[in-house]
Amino acid sequence: MPLTAPLLLLADSRLPAGGHAHSGGLEAAAAAGQIDGMAGLEGFLRGRLATAGLASAGLAAAACQHAAAAADGAAPRWAELDAEAAARTPSPAQRRAARAQGRALLRAARAAWPHPVLDALAPDRADGPFHPIILGACVWVAGGTPVDAAVIAATAAISGPAAAGVRLLGLDPLAVTGLLARLAGDVAGLADTACRAAHTDDWAALPAPASPGLDLLAQRHAWREVALFES
Amino acid sequence: MSHEHADPHPSRPARPTGRALRLGVGGPVGSGKTALVAALCLELRHEMALAVVTNDIYTTEDADFLRQAGVLADERIRAVRTGCCPHTAIRDDIAANLEAAEDLEREHAPLDLVIIESGGDNLTATFSRGLVDVQIFVLDVSGGDKVPRKGGPGVSLSDLLVINKTDLAGHVGADLSVMERDAARVRSGRRVIFSSLREHPDAPEVSDWVRAKVRRRAGDI
Repeated sequence: MPLTAPLLLLADSRLPAGGHAHSGGLEAAAAAGQIDGMAGLEGFLRGRLATAGLASAGLAAAACQHAAAAADGAAPRWAELDAEAAARTPSPAQRRAARAQGRALLRAARAAWPHPVLDALAPDRADGPFHPIILGACVWVAGGTPVDAAVIAATAAISGPAAAGVRLLGLDPLAVTGLLARLAGDVAGLADTACRAAHTDDWAALPAPASPGLDLLAQRHAWREVALFES
Repeated sequence: MSHEHADPHPSRPARPTGRALRLGVGGPVGSGKTALVAALCLELRHEMALAVVTNDIYTTEDADFLRQAGVLADERIRAVRTGCCPHTAIRDDIAANLEAAEDLEREHAPLDLVIIESGGDNLTATFSRGLVDVQIFVLDVSGGDKVPRKGGPGVSLSDLLVINKTDLAGHVGADLSVMERDAARVRSGRRVIFSSLREHPDAPEVSDWVRAKVRRRAGDI
């Protein structure tokens, strides 16, 4: 089934959900001199896609699946899924960033597609839910499937840092778009992998790739005195 | 509101949404936004409960300036980072600023006024109505007296245009009457105030304007 128009809205970087202010570690990597051109950006995005992107895709697919079940009357297990997300996000700075983006996405989605499933996810704590979980639930509410959720989550894991590369390093936006287009094939394969794991109820088996480099960059970013991005 | 029945002025309208007035302060780099926000805090903090959200493109420099100036307690100032795009954070994607304003209101309830200061930006910047109730755009005379003529949403649509640093007008060859005439042409009667924060650090006219807006929202007038 093709992507529906509401899903295009969810995948649009102009969705007012706070994503524009997060670089996914790219600002810290650029500041450390690890990235200064297209080759460096490509390596960074490939690494991010295979780690943070895969973890995020798995969680989003599981959340999409669970949103459908919860709407059918199944007992909500959002807290369990939240714990799985936390377990895959060891950096406190990344947790803060992911929860902030989750809250912002939930606000935008509730304005766009009011639904009891989203109301049930509204944070009763100040920290709020992780972004991939909210994204998965939003995809279901907007009429999408777990594969759609995984594709959108994996794409978001690299499109934000790519845009940050354009802003911070003055990279050619046409070349960056070309790179994202080349990575799109990897996104599709990765989304399939993520979904296979999400189709079981055993969420502990969801992809959990470690990315200590990204964890350290997130922490280093949080300690920086001069930073343009939130993360 | 819970005290509705005990209200001694039953004809007085309640705050429309039960929250503080949100005031945006925007304008180009160096025009005096942070100095104006500091002046407003010093003037108003004894008569109303307020908090500030700063949006600096770099670090938390503006927030630090406010803290060091001692104008507000640390916990009443929140800094938001904008990912190189200060206008995006106040206009297209207001998520982080909304969060910051709501957090401040929740932590310091009840507040009368939340000031959201934009990072320094260009003349096309303007605050979303989803974020603020009223907005001030701050220019300064050293940017040239042609700036009001160039217009842009900040100059033409802001509820109040402040033209700052009038003490420098003679030094930079800026004609204040030209600025006043050009601003009036694009502002459809909306207020313009000339100020010199160096000569009048308490920004008396702007403070009065803000005071009136807060009272109107609270239903006092």
